[in-house]
Amino acid sequence: MTQDIIGGGVMGLAMAAELTARGRQVRVIDRQHGAGPHHCSWWAGGMLAPDCEGETAEEPVVRLGREAADWWQAQGAQVMRRGTLVVALGRDRAELDRFARRVPGRLLDANAVAALEPDLAGRFGRGLHVETEAHLDPRATLSGLRERLVERGVTFETGEGRVMGPAIDCRGLAARDVLADLRGVRGEMLVLRAPELALTRPIRLLHPRYPLYVVPRGGGIYMLGATQIESAGRGPATVRAALELLSAAYALHPAFAEAEILEIGADARPAFPDNLPRIRRRGGIIHVNGLFRHGFLLAPSMARMAADWICDGIKPEVCDEDHG
Amino acid sequence: MVSFYGTPVASRLMLGTAQYPSPKVLSEAFRRSGAGIATVSVRREAAAGEGADFWALVRKLGVRLLPNTAGCHSAREAVTTARMARELFSTDWIKLEVIGHADTLQPDPWGLVEAAAILCAEGFKVFPYTTEDLVLAERLLDAGCEVLMPWGAPIGTGLGLANRYGLRALRAQFPDVPLVVDAGLGRPSQAAEAMEMGYDAVLLNTAVAKADDPAAMAEGFARAVEAGRLGFEAGAMEPRDMAAPSTPLIGKAFLA
Repeated sequence: MTQDIIGGGVMGLAMAAELTARGRQVRVIDRQHGAGPHHCSWWAGGMLAPDCEGETAEEPVVRLGREAADWWQAQGAQVMRRGTLVVALGRDRAELDRFARRVPGRLLDANAVAALEPDLAGRFGRGLHVETEAHLDPRATLSGLRERLVERGVTFETGEGRVMGPAIDCRGLAARDVLADLRGVRGEMLVLRAPELALTRPIRLLHPRYPLYVVPRGGGIYMLGATQIESAGRGPATVRAALELLSAAYALHPAFAEAEILEIGADARPAFPDNLPRIRRRGGIIHVNGLFRHGFLLAPSMARMAADWICDGIKPEVCDEDHG
Repeated sequence: MVSFYGTPVASRLMLGTAQYPSPKVLSEAFRRSGAGIATVSVRREAAAGEGADFWALVRKLGVRLLPNTAGCHSAREAVTTARMARELFSTDWIKLEVIGHADTLQPDPWGLVEAAAILCAEGFKVFPYTTEDLVLAERLLDAGCEVLMPWGAPIGTGLGLANRYGLRALRAQFPDVPLVVDAGLGRPSQAAEAMEMGYDAVLLNTAVAKADDPAAMAEGFARAVEAGRLGFEAGAMEPRDMAAPSTPLIGKAFLA
């Protein structure tokens, strides 16, 4: 029997990979052909940073997120394991103390910051290195996984509308038509080319008003993110968001002033009221959703749990509704 | 019970709804604190298109909503945002913020009075976010405001009551106007102090939302507000230099 998956973003593809690995025949039905801007994972940062996310996210995100780096590597993704560097500007030093109180890591002095990221030498007196964390390039990863799935016999179809038969619904925010408690949380991002800068790991710049993360994509390309606004709006990024992100990047390193702006993007992430993911069974449909800002971090464990349920009858810990 | 524009409110604690780890934590903070009023930001969410999902969650808190004009830097922007808020939340209550200084988020006194006059004339019940300046307070009351919300310290700083003299003077000057210390509170003790000074309520957001345990911190603030209010109502003693033992010495074996 062919297993239908609706939605071909990060959750749908991870789901397809898990089921294929367990010998199932899989078909993925998506709104459009190919991995692209219609998926909110297309706009993701690609940080596999369970500990840093734990600053505000609840325990399951941290624990389940620890599976992510190994899982993506096993799928052939290029996973960079260089940890996360967390810094704060002079007058926001208290922010770093607060962060270090909640997130385990190695506290660095100015020399250690410079040793880790030479381009930040002299700019930060202190930092926090969360060594176990990793990052990847979301778009390359989505496209790569899709190709791999095709090689393994997964079929991809384009289609809209409701699937009537048994299926796994991985549509993200589009599933609001059936999941009433799902909401959108908007994020805005930029992609810059700053060949003068050689940052090698995700940098988080703490700030009481304008927090920023910068994720290196290699080749002098950097992704800047991301705002978090309580809105399901998917329209273009606002000037305010762009100003905030760019000002913060400039404060991180003035060389960003010379960077080229390659892209400004925005989308809305699917989230439940506690910002934790859920697996629900309603009739023949299993909903896997609510990954919030943790798409690449949580898709592996969510896919594993959903596949355990489908193939072996093990009910997932994140299941809050089971009307078989 | 404290009243604003003739509407009694059960709790003297008002909480903002921004920056919480999740809407669920936000609702726990309200549940544990019993806060009576929730402020909600309109501008950014509305500007981005659809904030309806979050607003629905805020409505479910079951408390009185006080939309604000946070993020507005001119009277015109603030007036437009207030009108939008009235439609969105079906309330004529508006917390009026007109920011005059981008770094400290200090209110723009001129823009504030201008916007307050326009909105009061349109029937809004305006809660102006202001400084402790007495003249500005007078102008806002002239414009039609019946509540004042002086800052404790700049928004989000957690510095507490930065100008105690100014806040005392404001309270003394306007004994019959409901006064709410808004912004700058970082710890429950600071909220208690504001209430002991005779302020009618306090409004805060960051101190709760960014605490390690927001719901517990919200409860801490709620108790502090209650303690401070009781302290005010009960009439606190004046400090004095001479020690006065609460147990008389006579009859005690103090010579032993």
